[in-house]
Amino acid sequence: MNAITCADLSFSYGKVRVIDDVSFEVQKGESIGVIGPNGGGKSTLLKLILGLESPETGSLDVMGHPAGKGRRKIGYVPQAMRFDPLYPVSVLEIVLMGRLDRLGVGAYSKECRLVAEKSLEAVHLSDFKNRTFSELSGGERQRVMIARALACEPELLLMDEPTANIDLSAEEQFIEALAGLRKNMTLVLVTHDLELVSELSDSVLCVNQHAHRHSLPLSGETIREIYSGRRRIEHDRKTRHQQGDHSVCDHD
Amino acid sequence: MIAKLDTNRETIPSAIMIEFIETVRDVPVIRYALLAGIVSSLTYGVVGTFVVTRRIGYIAAAIAHSILGGIGAAIYFNRTYDIVWLTPMLGAIVAAIGSALVIGCISLKFKEREDTIISAVWAGGMGIGLLFLHHTPGKGVNLESYLFGNILLTSKGDVIATCVLGLVVLGLVALFYHKLVAVCFDEEFVQLRDVSARAYYLLLLVLAGICMVLLVRVAGIVLSLALIILPAATACRLARRMWIIMLIAVGLSTMYNVGGLVVSFQLDQPTGPFVVVVACMLYGLSFLLKKS
Repeated sequence: MNAITCADLSFSYGKVRVIDDVSFEVQKGESIGVIGPNGGGKSTLLKLILGLESPETGSLDVMGHPAGKGRRKIGYVPQAMRFDPLYPVSVLEIVLMGRLDRLGVGAYSKECRLVAEKSLEAVHLSDFKNRTFSELSGGERQRVMIARALACEPELLLMDEPTANIDLSAEEQFIEALAGLRKNMTLVLVTHDLELVSELSDSVLCVNQHAHRHSLPLSGETIREIYSGRRRIEHDRKTRHQQGDHSVCDHD
Repeated sequence: MIAKLDTNRETIPSAIMIEFIETVRDVPVIRYALLAGIVSSLTYGVVGTFVVTRRIGYIAAAIAHSILGGIGAAIYFNRTYDIVWLTPMLGAIVAAIGSALVIGCISLKFKEREDTIISAVWAGGMGIGLLFLHHTPGKGVNLESYLFGNILLTSKGDVIATCVLGLVVLGLVALFYHKLVAVCFDEEFVQLRDVSARAYYLLLLVLAGICMVLLVRVAGIVLSLALIILPAATACRLARRMWIIMLIAVGLSTMYNVGGLVVSFQLDQPTGPFVVVVACMLYGLSFLLKKS
């Protein structure tokens, strides 16, 4: 069964077409890296998967529902640096946000607290639960974001440039925290960090208005072509389907 | 002023306090002012913390100024058509909630126009209020008391309304505390949990609007922003957890209100401006206490 099924998807901001006739599939349990140049549509694709934007044409099913429905099975890790570092909230309070639900009022239940504490344990931050967000380093903040996503008990984990603006040692801690989790869920990782992709992903989706699946490892020439924009996304869908690879759908 | 400074009297703090307590016991107006001040302090200390940490001070200011539109309209219709139940406070509440929803809805839809909308509601509300007051029949309205506040004009009805509004605001915050904290931190994530981040953001603006109404008597429309912002901003300099900041902000607000009342009673100073100046000084002092 597919975690994500995207067929003939297009999306524009006003008159600017950002995603153009994209199709791809991500199977349950698979880890996929989404790479591409800035402005190529990676983050927009993520927003479409999360249901924060609606497709102009085409269809996008996530965990068996149209995107935007059944989002509670999705964990989302945004860039930690986009938050106000001075916001007066503790690590545990942030992680507990993963247990918010529409009808809940008053204090979090004991069960919610237990799940949140387990999530912190999974990213090795149990000792940090009473610290405030402002006291943490960039890498620690990013791990808090993962813990918050895990507190949703997700089947699909989406991450948007999770290692942006964090130093090398923090990135190592981050990769270590994620490596243990990837076997339990489907992982979609939007990033420019090709090392991170090779560490955590089974394959790569190159997005530059169109989308093209590549298997790993990527050759240096392919990477240069993707980021310089010279690589035209070849319309080899038919060829690949003839080869029996139904997870690969390319467009131009 | 109800009480005049007695220059022959001993003015050491304990004597001032004893005289003030006696006055509170004997003079209903001072008692009402004290009660309204304490209850509203609880409310705006709590909501002010959200306003400061979510950085929506200018939205709160626009709502405060638009309140004059509601006050003006209520006084006009009350006097012209003899609608007794339409009090200035009711007009203020309707205007505050209306402005909060207008600013919230439009700014959520057209984020890039937020500052323009804030300015329009700010100036538009004041303009409407002044027009209504200009055409209001009968003797002139004490506009100064609405613009700059006069807590000594607090009536028994005002105290009851303040208590009811305070309970509603604090009750809503207690029920939805975690959602409000989450919306202020990360609206997008809240939306992904199928919780309406927009609805809770609008709720926050409405709560801020109600607090501004409660502050009109204390500091007036013009100075009310200072009292919702400064205690919480000072508390933010001293603590790093939301609930601790709220406690400190409530403590400071109560201190400002009660202290302001005592000083204005004893030294014949206008309460609102005096309280605001003290709040500004303490906020400045917080930078000396803690530099980061």
